[in-house]
Amino acid sequence: MTHITSIIACHDCDLLQKNPPPSALCLPSLGSHTVTSARWTTAVVIECPRCGAILRRTQKNSLDRTIAWLIAGLILYFVAVSFPFLALQSHGIANETALISGIIILYKHKMASMAAVVLATCLILPLYTMISLLYILLSIKLNRYLPGVSRLFAWTLRLRPWGMMEVYLLAILISMVKLTKLARIIPGPALYSFIALTFVLAAASISLDNHVAWDFFKPRQVLTSAKGKP
Amino acid sequence: MTTPPLTARTAGLISCPRCHLLNPVAAESTPCPRCGTELLSRKANSLTRCWALVIASFILYLPANLLPITITTTIAHPPHCDTIMSGVIYFFQTGSWHIALIIFVASIFVPLMKMVFLTFLLLSLQLGWRWRPLERTRLYRITEMVGRWSMVDVYVVTILVSLVKLGSWANIDAGPGAIYFSALVIMTMMAAESFDPRLIWDQMEECQ
Repeated sequence: MTHITSIIACHDCDLLQKNPPPSALCLPSLGSHTVTSARWTTAVVIECPRCGAILRRTQKNSLDRTIAWLIAGLILYFVAVSFPFLALQSHGIANETALISGIIILYKHKMASMAAVVLATCLILPLYTMISLLYILLSIKLNRYLPGVSRLFAWTLRLRPWGMMEVYLLAILISMVKLTKLARIIPGPALYSFIALTFVLAAASISLDNHVAWDFFKPRQVLTSAKGKP
Repeated sequence: MTTPPLTARTAGLISCPRCHLLNPVAAESTPCPRCGTELLSRKANSLTRCWALVIASFILYLPANLLPITITTTIAHPPHCDTIMSGVIYFFQTGSWHIALIIFVASIFVPLMKMVFLTFLLLSLQLGWRWRPLERTRLYRITEMVGRWSMVDVYVVTILVSLVKLGSWANIDAGPGAIYFSALVIMTMMAAESFDPRLIWDQMEECQ
């Protein structure tokens, strides 16, 4: 059984169309495809001609760029998580908070379900996404099929919308405004890494070209049939 | 009359929902040979699941907005309950109208908009409308994209609860509304995830 990888179906309207090989993406025009290339980046976006869904987004050196952004993201993540991001000072009492302390307080106040939601969306899933993507991309970079990469990538793509660290940054900014009238607010070191992390994660998700990974993982049947032939 | 455009379904193929590998129709409901995701031509029971989650969201919308999300205790005043709307009004009255706008849009407008849009899309499919498929697909994409930002109020409560612990001077606790609100956001996100925009286009092809 062979699988066709030169054709792709749009995920939003099921229309069949050509899946251009990575080398063709550098060309300015691609037949029926709508290719938008911003002048100030090397990014290329391919849209479905019928419904406008983004079929593929790629960049020059997509793999290297994404690995670099992810390593930067991991470092910033640990700074953002381990240091307090805000401190409050009023009437001689100071109180500081880190990401985890809010979750612990919710858990202690019999709000375990809400604590679990915050824990999963702000702490566990962003870390999981970064580590698994690094594992997958390094596997491609080293040209070695590490165990479970293709299945892991499928799960990572599925869980990615549930990691919401950039929403947490907006929440920090809103709380700052909310509390300025009540007490003195002191921004902590983690706040700056939160801001940087939001941009780094956005850059990583823009530079990642899923099809670089999918082209690397060959379908299993094709591998076995190729082995069977002399 | 134009010939219908060639889709994966009409060509007898299934596109893998995760890795977009094209498989023959015979491989339906078996794991994808490339990524292991179950192969389905369309999302499983998309309409039923989406209806159920949208109705659940409509029910959760009431306690999420009517019950207090924070309970503030200060030395000078008796315990004071805040709902999402009273927070918006507070910000508007104290002059921070931009923050009031962000909270209003993220916490009140977006969840309601998502539910109304999804209801509209579901109705359009059930009643077999052939009206503006491109715009309806865009509407779905917007619904899917903005939903996550509703989570902001849940996080604000988490931050306030841990930060405002000033002994007897001031204290903020999370109220029951916060739990309903986080459940609401998750329900609407799951509802958007279970909707299949390809059904909009299927209907267009069936009529041609």
